[in-house]
Amino acid sequence: MLSADILLVLPLLIPVFSASIAVLFYKSNVAQRWTGVVGAIALCIAGILLFMEVRESGILVTYLGNWPAPFGITLVADHLAATMLVLTGILTLAVAVYSLGAVGEREEHFGYYPLTHVMVMGVCGSFLTGDLFNLFVWFEVMLIASFVLLVLGGRKIQLDGAFKYVLMNVVASTILLAGVSILYGITGSLNMADIAHRIHDIGEPGLVTVIAILFIIAFGMKAALFPLFFWLPASYHVPNIAVSAIFAGLLTKVGAYVMIRVFTLIFTEDIAWTHEIILWLSVLTMFIGVLGAVSQFEWRKILSIHIISQIGYMTLGLALYTPMALAGAVLYVAHNIIIKANLFLAAGIGHHLMGSYELKKLGGLYKYFPIFAAFNLLSAFSLAGVPPLWGFWAKFTVIFSAFQAERWIPAAFAIFVGLLTLYSMMKIWMYAFWKKHPEGDVPEHIQKKKVPLTMMIPVAALTLMTIAIGLFAEPVIEIAMTAAEELLEPERYIHAVLEAAP
Amino acid sequence: MEPLLAVVAGILFAIAAYLLTRRSIVKMVIGLVVLGNAANLTLFTMGGLTRGASAIIPYPETAPVGDYANPLPQALVLTAIVIGFGMLAFALVLAYRSWQELDTLDPDGMRVAEPIATEEDK
Amino acid sequence: MMRSLILQTFTRLLVTLMLLFSLFLLWRGHNLPGGGFIGALVASAAFALHAIAFGVASARSILRYDPRTLMAWGMIFAGAAGLFGLAAGKPYMTGLWLEIHIGESLLKLGTPLIFDIGVFLTVIGMVVAVIFSLEEEEF
Repeated sequence: MLSADILLVLPLLIPVFSASIAVLFYKSNVAQRWTGVVGAIALCIAGILLFMEVRESGILVTYLGNWPAPFGITLVADHLAATMLVLTGILTLAVAVYSLGAVGEREEHFGYYPLTHVMVMGVCGSFLTGDLFNLFVWFEVMLIASFVLLVLGGRKIQLDGAFKYVLMNVVASTILLAGVSILYGITGSLNMADIAHRIHDIGEPGLVTVIAILFIIAFGMKAALFPLFFWLPASYHVPNIAVSAIFAGLLTKVGAYVMIRVFTLIFTEDIAWTHEIILWLSVLTMFIGVLGAVSQFEWRKILSIHIISQIGYMTLGLALYTPMALAGAVLYVAHNIIIKANLFLAAGIGHHLMGSYELKKLGGLYKYFPIFAAFNLLSAFSLAGVPPLWGFWAKFTVIFSAFQAERWIPAAFAIFVGLLTLYSMMKIWMYAFWKKHPEGDVPEHIQKKKVPLTMMIPVAALTLMTIAIGLFAEPVIEIAMTAAEELLEPERYIHAVLEAAP
Repeated sequence: MEPLLAVVAGILFAIAAYLLTRRSIVKMVIGLVVLGNAANLTLFTMGGLTRGASAIIPYPETAPVGDYANPLPQALVLTAIVIGFGMLAFALVLAYRSWQELDTLDPDGMRVAEPIATEEDK
Repeated sequence: MMRSLILQTFTRLLVTLMLLFSLFLLWRGHNLPGGGFIGALVASAAFALHAIAFGVASARSILRYDPRTLMAWGMIFAGAAGLFGLAAGKPYMTGLWLEIHIGESLLKLGTPLIFDIGVFLTVIGMVVAVIFSLEEEEF
């Protein structure tokens, strides 16, 4: 087996090298495409190796540059981070294959492949880092790449959406920086484990709670929590659908992930106050998000506003703060990375066939493309939480633990929002797949179209993954439970980072 | 010195908040600059200030001699400045291109991505 | 681009001087003020000056490589610099030093220098790419 030192840097090195090699091939789109696919396969393998090692020997730590723990930058992988990396690898691979058919030559020429890899590097870095300032840097790596990806192509609608996205995200990063700096001021450290170790002895619970609120705002903006989500519906539907898919799968989930990380490791002093705020924000996020989705009639907009509603479930799991609830949150983040991206990819196929995302201009897809329709329906069911799919287990765990914690109102909202999710997913189904095409029958040139294999295979693979995990849920739930136990015992994380330092 | 800088940082945050709510994307970008600098100043002040002592180790020595400033916030602020500079450059180009394409500087007039619903839509 | 004899004459001298100075900054960067980033900014300033005096086409030809290529090689160098630590069984990015004795003096070559060269190339590529594309834009 490879050592922890190697395993932990591979998810960062592979994207750097794939991005660089893709840039070197800037003249040849074909070479760039294959670099993209090969890099994604390598990332996938690296993620799986890391995950297996974490399963075997617990939390892995490496000290970059051999600088001992509180001083240098540490990379840490526990169950949660390793799971996220595996899913990032799978999603990157799916989108890389999908891009072969979906991304235009112009976008390829302006660096679509290198930028995706730089963004994935930022995502992996955010998952792995054990240092708050380093987290800020990875966030910025991720953001600057996502900015350029968002405007790639330079259409009017993209510039409009991108301005709002850029503005809100830069503000969020700056607030994060301010929060990190105050935390550094009172603890004298930037290493998360070291801060967690010291923060209870400082005796400034008020100040710590203020910083916690700064972090809620900063990460809440990244994760699109109520009332900080308005940049998301303005921007996620504007870029190429492959870009939308990878954004939807990864970016907001990074926000949710760091929120889970920070609010189980560092800000555990005043749970009754901070987690209560997160709880009610989650309820509002779920509810407002789904209402937004119900009112839309554009395929991508419905999906992108749904992201907000789904984020609410994840933070709800965090706010309940029981082992089961956290396991639910982990399951939910994991499920959403795959299924949300998959629904976007499916919407891309719909657009490829019909030439529009406006539900009112669509229709009849089921009649002529039944296999594609089936995959889309199963993914939509999984998102809404229909048993026995993966989404059901995620939703069930969160709602069940809300009942266990005797939080009746959040639990009731979570169920009600699940129904509305089903309703809006059904709306896509009714309009795009089931009802007649607005011109009577589907025009003949569309009937003759075939779904390109490069687009179909990723959608099929990700859908089959949700079905398989839904049917054989036990090992996955077991992993989520282990991750939750690790999160609820921060001593293990602190011990792994600080005690093993060279 | 720290309380003074803390107040300055506070004033900068207030200015930034004001600028970010203006109805002109150029003013909003200026707001981002001020906001970034406010955060950098906070970071710098939080590391503690030392007067007249740099964090450079004189040649034959291997450890700092006498008083020296905390080098960590300096390194962090430098990183944050470089990142902020990159973000600013991007935001400026984006604002310029938006103005060229959308022909407006008023964010309320930027309705391409989220058009106002017409009667037909309802 | 401006056709100014004074600017062009001085640019010829200055560009050489600035490039040498940027290498000097890169070289001393590990233990003294300087380093890859700051050196690269000086070098990019030299290319920018040349582009102002003689035009972007001429500046591209003295740069010889496409800025994107420089950027890519820079990232590869910076990423690969850390691999030496891994190969030695230590964590990624661990600094390793090679000590060469030449007569009386001691030459210390280390992996941080490779990292700095990587940063140097990436930043030159990035800044020069931006400056060139801004210069080439028609207003």
